[in-house]
Amino acid sequence: MKDLAENSGQPPGAAPNAPPAIELRGISKAFGPVQANKDISLKVAKGAIHGIIGENGAGKSTLMSILYGFYKADRGEILINGKPTEIPDSQAAIAAGIGMVFQHFKLVENFTVLENVVLGAEEGALLRPTLAKARKHLTEIAEEYEMNVDPDALIEEIGVGQQQRVEILKSLYRHADILILDEPTGVLTPAEADHLFRILRGLRDEGKTIILITHKLREIMEVTDTVSVMRRGEMTATVKTAETSPEQLAELMVGRKVLLRVDKKPAQPGKTILKVEDLRVVDDDKVERLKGVSFEVRAGEILGIAGVSGNGQSELLEVLGGMMPATGRVEINGEAIDLTGKHSDGRSRRKRGIAHVPEDRQAEGLIMDFAAWENVAFGYQWDPAYNKGWLMDNAGIREDTAGKMERFDVRPPHAHLAAKSFSGGNQQKIVLAREIERNPDLLLVGQPTRGVDIGAIEFIHQRIIELRDAGKAILLVSVELDEIMGMSDRIAVMFDGRIMGERLPGETNEGELGLLMAGVTSGEGKA
Amino acid sequence: MDFSTLIQILDSTMRLATPLLLACLAGLFSERSGIFDIGLEAKMLISAFFSAAVAYDTGSVWLGLLAGIAASMVFAAIHGVASITFRGNQLISGVALNFLASGMTVLIAQNWFQQGGRTPSLLGKARFEPLTLPFADALSDVPVLGPIYSELLSGHSILVYVALLAVPATYWVLYRTRFGLRLRAVGENPAAVDTAGVSVIGLRYAAVAIAGLLCGIAGAYLATGLQAGFVKDMTAGRGYIALAALIFAKWRPWYALSACLLFGLLQALALRTDVVEAIFPFRMPVQLLDSLPYILTVVILAGFVGKAIPPRAGGQPYVKER
Repeated sequence: MKDLAENSGQPPGAAPNAPPAIELRGISKAFGPVQANKDISLKVAKGAIHGIIGENGAGKSTLMSILYGFYKADRGEILINGKPTEIPDSQAAIAAGIGMVFQHFKLVENFTVLENVVLGAEEGALLRPTLAKARKHLTEIAEEYEMNVDPDALIEEIGVGQQQRVEILKSLYRHADILILDEPTGVLTPAEADHLFRILRGLRDEGKTIILITHKLREIMEVTDTVSVMRRGEMTATVKTAETSPEQLAELMVGRKVLLRVDKKPAQPGKTILKVEDLRVVDDDKVERLKGVSFEVRAGEILGIAGVSGNGQSELLEVLGGMMPATGRVEINGEAIDLTGKHSDGRSRRKRGIAHVPEDRQAEGLIMDFAAWENVAFGYQWDPAYNKGWLMDNAGIREDTAGKMERFDVRPPHAHLAAKSFSGGNQQKIVLAREIERNPDLLLVGQPTRGVDIGAIEFIHQRIIELRDAGKAILLVSVELDEIMGMSDRIAVMFDGRIMGERLPGETNEGELGLLMAGVTSGEGKA
Repeated sequence: MDFSTLIQILDSTMRLATPLLLACLAGLFSERSGIFDIGLEAKMLISAFFSAAVAYDTGSVWLGLLAGIAASMVFAAIHGVASITFRGNQLISGVALNFLASGMTVLIAQNWFQQGGRTPSLLGKARFEPLTLPFADALSDVPVLGPIYSELLSGHSILVYVALLAVPATYWVLYRTRFGLRLRAVGENPAAVDTAGVSVIGLRYAAVAIAGLLCGIAGAYLATGLQAGFVKDMTAGRGYIALAALIFAKWRPWYALSACLLFGLLQALALRTDVVEAIFPFRMPVQLLDSLPYILTVVILAGFVGKAIPPRAGGQPYVKER
């Protein structure tokens, strides 16, 4: 703590003669037979934004958990501002001036912002004086870094962007000089992410050191000063961001050349497969989620639905997948399907040739505690090929699953493993294999690459394109604008339960789509 | 029903509500920290036995109380080790303790006193005597307020007043102190507490220990205040009624007081069939009165009277996760 106080007087930005804010020497950590971190050394200069990039399971989070006292390294040394520091628990990390913003926020939902900030850093046994003092301090920090949040708002009532700010404020309130952010933009809209980056730059200019863990190349290029790449538990490179390129980083991450652009032929649209007219949904809280949505998807094309999450895309997928009743008209291959929910469900939709890869694969796509082969049978358990008389043909399903896992490059290819023991990308491949290999007329696919490694993203995109080229219709919902731009043959933008407009990917850009996503039609936008 | 009958029934309500209230607050501390405690019954029962046994042997009710609290806290510690340290299933641990207490008390009582699994009757200093509040006698002739003060409020054992004071004390601890903030947080999101550098395990043990203390007092009151000695299974489901009251109270201290008084009133009425017959035009079965606390709890749980949202992390052992 003493060193930090001395150093904080230095000018903002990198200080050339100061010891690195963080130095790791030969950190190793194994979980049983799995070597999560192998002999990792790293120096992060004070007053820099340092990115750590790598695929899921590369060991980034383990490394940061060691730095925050969640795990103890088997070997190696941590130096904070040049001083060897033991970090056996979170308390020691906080005392060393380290703050961490986890991917899943660690906030008490029914507490106020102020209570969350104070929790664990109270100044006395009684709350009232503590809270009064903290309120003043919090307001000062919030103003200094332009992070306005209402101290009396309940966490459950504010948006994720604000919640993330509370997490950052929590660290600053504890006088953190080193801030670690784990996949901070996963839950944010593009605008919120931009705001976060502005805050991070502001913190850096005040002399704070920031470590940003992400698997998104664009963010690394946009906001970091230096970047380290991790692969299979090892630190493969540390470079200055200005001296590298996304292609080079991707190659370092995956260990081979990766196509960052989706490679596809022009679409050859055929007859209309899906026709949606004036679709309306009112949810349990009597809020209208879909306010008259109409569109068509033809055979051999991908219609991409762009939009900030929560603007009705999820409901659209759920209605079409048979998980939610609606009003309006939906035709598949020219025949209307029942939307009341009385005679329709996921099974009847599947029999009509609709396959559904849900947005939340862990909640809706898979049962995490069940084996891969059981998950492959779900939704198609009625299939005669999976049954022998009155009984399920378990051996047959296992064999079928093994084939699917091989064709979709699921690693490890063990059908008996529980779904939860696969990485995010491999879980998604299991769901995709189940749905795509049914050869559906229409594939509904939501957030196909959320939380998925770069290598797997490439594979998943190729499989969806292959299905399109086989003359199937695909409805793609994604909050990743890059994905929408790269994959779609037509783009529809949703805002507040309506389709704001349709664009062709070649004739639009992220700026225009971003405005539509914010509810601004192009006429107003140009004015 | 005349005024003095009403006072009598309310007086008995106070006495019957006391063990419920103490157990309910015990459950409140435990569950607010995220540890479900179905073993309130066990802790009360073991305390009832040891307080009666020690009070009889030593002739001092205070030593009895201490023994009861100690026994209850040993049971609380077992529940803590099983559910906090070893991350076992909290419901199973609680049920196991209930069975253990039910069998163990009778067995030890039989071995110790040879009176058919009960302790001998407690007399004199081995029981909590009623306290007379100041001026109770002088004011008893004042109309209406006099009897309310001298008969309803005065004349209870000290543990009744302890239970009543425990309500504002619980409220104060929970909402006005650092410990309370952390306790409420650990029952909602232990990861938030952990990453803030506070020990989840320490907080939960503290909460479970407080629950042990309160259940110990409740059990001692049953055997040495409400009644004069221990008999087999004398808690008679009070631990479960206290849990029902806790849900009814939505895990809040003042609501807990109202819920326990209401359930105490139902128990008092069940003892006075003559009054029940006078109030209701039809024959009201006593069993219905006994089961009313549970019925009301189901009504609450079904969401007819507002929502009862339990602490979010309740029942789940805490495992560190990134």
